[in-house]
Formats: sequence, C-alpha cells, structure tokens
Amino acid sequence: MTDVTNLRDRPAWLTLDKLGVLIALIAVAGLALPFALLKANRIVPGEARGILDGLPGGPGFLFLALLIACILAALLRVPNLVKLGASATALLALFLLIGVAASNLMPPENNYARVSPSSGFWLLVFANSLMLADVLTRLRLGPWIRIGILLGVCVVVTLLLWSGSWNDLSILQEYATRSRAFWQEARTHILLTFGSVAAAILVGIPMGVLCYRRKALRAAVLNVLNIVQTIPSIALFGLLIAPMAWIAATIPGASAIGISGIGTAPALVALFAYSLLPVVSNTVVGLLGVSAAAVDAARGMGMTRRQRMLGVELPLAFPVILTGIRIVLVQNIGLATIAALIGGGGFGVFVFQGIGQTAMDLVLLGAVPTVALAFAAAVVLDAVVEMIS
Amino acid sequence: MIEIDGVSKAYGDNLAVNDVSLTIQPHTICAVVGTSGSGKTTLMRMINRLVEPTSGQIRIDSEDVTAVPAHELRRRIGYAIQGNGLFPHKNVGQNIATVPRLLGWNEKRISARVDELLELFQLDPHMFRDRMPHELSGGQQQRVGVARALAAKPNILLMDEPFGALDPVIRTRAQDDLLAIQQRFGTTIVLVTHDMEEAIHLGDRIAVMDEGKLVQFAPPAEIIGNPASDFVAELLGPSDRAFRLLSLSRLADHVESGEATGEPLPSTASLRDAYSELLWSGRTAAPVVTAAGDVIGRIRLESLTRLAMAPK
Repeated sequence: MTDVTNLRDRPAWLTLDKLGVLIALIAVAGLALPFALLKANRIVPGEARGILDGLPGGPGFLFLALLIACILAALLRVPNLVKLGASATALLALFLLIGVAASNLMPPENNYARVSPSSGFWLLVFANSLMLADVLTRLRLGPWIRIGILLGVCVVVTLLLWSGSWNDLSILQEYATRSRAFWQEARTHILLTFGSVAAAILVGIPMGVLCYRRKALRAAVLNVLNIVQTIPSIALFGLLIAPMAWIAATIPGASAIGISGIGTAPALVALFAYSLLPVVSNTVVGLLGVSAAAVDAARGMGMTRRQRMLGVELPLAFPVILTGIRIVLVQNIGLATIAALIGGGGFGVFVFQGIGQTAMDLVLLGAVPTVALAFAAAVVLDAVVEMIS
Repeated sequence: MIEIDGVSKAYGDNLAVNDVSLTIQPHTICAVVGTSGSGKTTLMRMINRLVEPTSGQIRIDSEDVTAVPAHELRRRIGYAIQGNGLFPHKNVGQNIATVPRLLGWNEKRISARVDELLELFQLDPHMFRDRMPHELSGGQQQRVGVARALAAKPNILLMDEPFGALDPVIRTRAQDDLLAIQQRFGTTIVLVTHDMEEAIHLGDRIAVMDEGKLVQFAPPAEIIGNPASDFVAELLGPSDRAFRLLSLSRLADHVESGEATGEPLPSTASLRDAYSELLWSGRTAAPVVTAAGDVIGRIRLESLTRLAMAPK
C-alpha cells in the first residue's frame, strides 16, 4: 500500500516515458560506439575514435554532458518543450561538432586520410531525431509551422555547408572532387522524380476518372497496375531495355529526343509505371468517397457531367488524390537511385560507384541527399494535404 | 401544371413505378407518400429526368420534359434533398449561387439574390454568406439547401425528404417556413415523404404510392376520411385518424357564438390543438380571439368531438 502512495506522490515528470526508454537505449549504444572513423585513405577500414578523442578537453565533456542530459529528457515525462529543446540542441551540436572533430582528427598535411562519422554518431543522430519527431507529432503543429521548421533546418544545413565547418568530413571531400558531377546528377535525379510523377499525374488522374465511371474497366486497370507494382525495380528496368531499344531503332526521331534501351528514357518510363497505381487508385477511391448527396444535388440542379466532375467531384476527391501524389513522389525519390544501374543517372550513380570502390563515403554522398530530398518532399506534401482537407 | 401520364419505370423485371398518372395543379403542394421501395422517389426524379421513364410521358405546362436537354430542364426546376446535399467545399453564398451561375447571371444580380434568399430564411447575410456548410447547424443547412433550390426562382420545386434529418422541433418550424414561402411565391411543390403527418400538414393533395402503383391521389381530408385501401389506412395510423382530421382545420372556420371563460385560444390554432387544450384544462368551451386579441366567439368540446367523427 505504501508503495502505491509513494507512486502517487511522485511528481508527474518522474515517471518513465515508454518510447523514451527505447530512445535512451539507442543513445547509450551510440555513446558506447565509436563517434568517428579515421582512415589512412578512402577505401581502407578505419580506426575508431571516441567523442573525447575528437573533442579533447572541455568542449568534449560539455558535449557528453549535453548528450546525457538528452537521454534523461527522453527517459522522463518532462514537458514537451523541454524534450523539443533538448533534442534540437543535441542534433545541432552533433552536426556542428562532427565537423570540428573531423578537423581535429585529421593528420596535418595529409591529403589521403579521411575522417567519417561512425556508428556512434549515426545512432545518436537517430535517437535524437526520433525524440524530436515524437515531440513534434505530440505538439500537433500546424502545416505552416512544420514547413517553417523544415525551412529552418535547410537554412542551418546551408550555413554549416557554407561556413566550411564540415569541409574535413569525408563525405564533403568526396563532394569536393566531384562537385560538378554532383550537381549534374542532382538535376537528373530531380528530373527523373518530378518528370515521372508529373507524367503519372497527367495520365493517372484522367485514367482514374475513367475507371471511376466504368466499373468494368476499374478492376482490369487496377489489376494490371498492381502487377506492374510487384515487378522488382531492377527487373522492370531490364524488361524495358528491349522495347525501348526497338522504339529508338524503328520510330524516326525517337532516338533524337533521347530514347534508347538504356539511360534516362527507360528510367523515366519505369518510374512512371510505378507511379501510376497510387495515382489511379487514389483518384478512384477519392471520387468514390465524394458525398453521394452532393453529386446528386449537382445533377439535380442541372450541372453537366463535365461541370460536376470539375466543380464538385474532383475538388472533393483532391485531398485523397494528393495523398497518392505524395506517396509516389517520396517513393520515386528513393527509387530513382536504381536508375543509375541502367545509366539513367541521378544520386544512384554515387551509390553504385561507392559500392564498386568499397568507398562508403561515396555511397553516403549519393544516399544522404536522397534521404533529405524524400524527407523534405514528405513534410511539404503532408502539410499541403492537411491545408486543403 | 405537371402532368404525369401513364409513366412506368422498370429496373430489369422489377417495376419501380407502374403506370402512374396524375396531374399536379400549379401553385399547389403535392405530397407523395409511401414506404421505402414504393417508387415515390423514382416518380419524383422522373419529373426532372434524373430518372428516365421506361414508358409514358411527363409534361410541364403542356410541354414534354424531353423537349429540352436534361440539364437545361433541371436548371428551371428547384431540387432539394434529404441531408441537403450542400457542396462541402463551397461556402453558403457559393452554394446558393450554383444555379444562377450555371444560368450565367452577372455577379451583381447573383450576390443580390443570395442576400435576398438568406434574409428570407432568417439567416443574416453578413454572418452566413461566407460560412462553410460544416459550420452550420442541421436546421441552418436545411434552410440553405432550400434557399439554393429556390435561387433561380423556379416555378417548380422538387423535394425529397427535405426535413428527414431534422429533429421534431426544428422540423415543424421548417415545415411552416416552407408553407409561408410557398404561399408567397406560389411555387408548385412536389414533396416526397414517408411521414403521413408531414404529408397531411403540407400537402394540398396527397399521392399515396405502394409497390410502384398510385393507390390514392386526393386532398388530405379525403385521404383521412375515406382511405382507398387498407394500406392507406395503415399509413394513417388508425389510432390517430380522428386527431389527424382535426389537425386539418383552423379554429377560425368553426367559431360558434357564445361566451366562455378561461385562457382564450388564437383563431389560427388547429382544431387538434384546441381539443388538446380543452382536455388539458378540463373545460367544455374556450373563447376564441383574433391575432389582435378581439374575442370573436367560442369553441365547445362537444362541437370538436362531432368534427372529429369519420365523414359519412
């Protein structure tokens, strides 16, 4: 009985947060594992370095204290704003200090050595991001604020890049030798993603409208698209080589506009094919969900079929359609990396080059911008979906 | 005038409407009553061609409804349905403006008409014009739905269970508002309902439908006094017949000379309300007054009892 009373007397913040336990475990593992790796050159395995190796003296201890404070903030049910402040500060410190650590660890006058973030750093970033994401969800921020936070993060990252504090990090050294190729592939990646999604919208919404109106067509089209969706991406790229090469060879002018068996054109076609199902099915589901009374009233008041579709049915189905567009955009940003396999370009180029050279830093140069782009697209479109529905 | 002439509608082998003929006089309310599946809604929807008849002809003012394209016909006929069917993504003003906009009215005329209708339905234009439908109560949504149906000043208004989603108190008020508006504009109204009470209250004539057939088409008094079949009698609810008959007439038409004491009754009250009041207060008679408060006579319990008897 006394135990129960004691529990009740305890302040609210002194109880364990369930997700916080998981976050704390990840963060503790992150503290135990090496913070950075020092490599003699870009392809050999590195030597582990802890936080205090990279940040000797006062700053290192201060940083450790901050990370431990964050673990406590995650564990206990402290106010959401405290959690927000703790995780945001920890993330900012992590990103700032990994650059400082890299500069400290780098042997002087050595162009071959590399310092890259290690498992400990990534686990700490993961734990604090989880905490930040959790608290942001709990705060139920409005769509504009979420976009504002995203912009703020972009500004901070740009400042960090621009200030040169990350220049000694391996990923930026990989970038430094390939900056032109990087921006070239970034353009290709964006073209592949947005081009395929735009084409899927232009074709998918009318196709969805048609499927909505003709029940017989609906099952057939959705089944075919479902099958397309289950073809592994590499297989689909491979399957497209023959027909695309045939088109390039037989249809006059096709190769002149860039169509060929490998390269950007088949990559665009494959990404477009993957995008169709979510767009078409969400259009159908959205239209089916429109209030029958509103459609009946529209008909009864003398709106033509076209006026009903454009003025009532599509606008009411739009939030659901936009959710489908959000799914394919995020999906295609990730999927477009595979296009590099068939010479389609994009960030995948660095990923596959890096795997080929066992240079993990080069893999990261492809992977990190892809993840960042997908994340930003998800945040923006989620906010837009919320604003219009 | 709406002439429905030998109209049938078949869905496969099933006749939803089976050879119905009736004529609805201009400036009257025709209530179509029946159970669900009786074909009452299908019959109404054939008037504005939301459903095309399998056979038969419908004429409005002697012109076949198929003479003009369906969407043009519908713009001339008001249409209000249960659950109001307001467009959830448009505000009240835009909803009401739907048909005028389809007809290509200019903005000034549209906005004047929207304000006029909102005032007519006791909704302050400044407060309600820019509200979204989900911000309105059920009764307000229903009023906006009817206002929208009347926006382009149609001569005919079709209503499918327009008061079905309202609670009893608001429903009675909405029915009285509809009667007032009908009297003011002389709109011909075809109103589908499953509620015989509502049909008796609103209808100048009642069309009773059963299994696709028109069972009886007559004024309320005749429906109550002389139901054409057991089905009609059942719809009336046998235990309420006497009260339904009393509810049809106003005190003003049955005032007797003489004196009575106690709380006076207004001459606009129905005989049913008067009967209830006399029973409740334990009186055998009550004075009847005009709206201005002048006593014009009395009403006796005895006379009410006689008036409640089945007509011979």
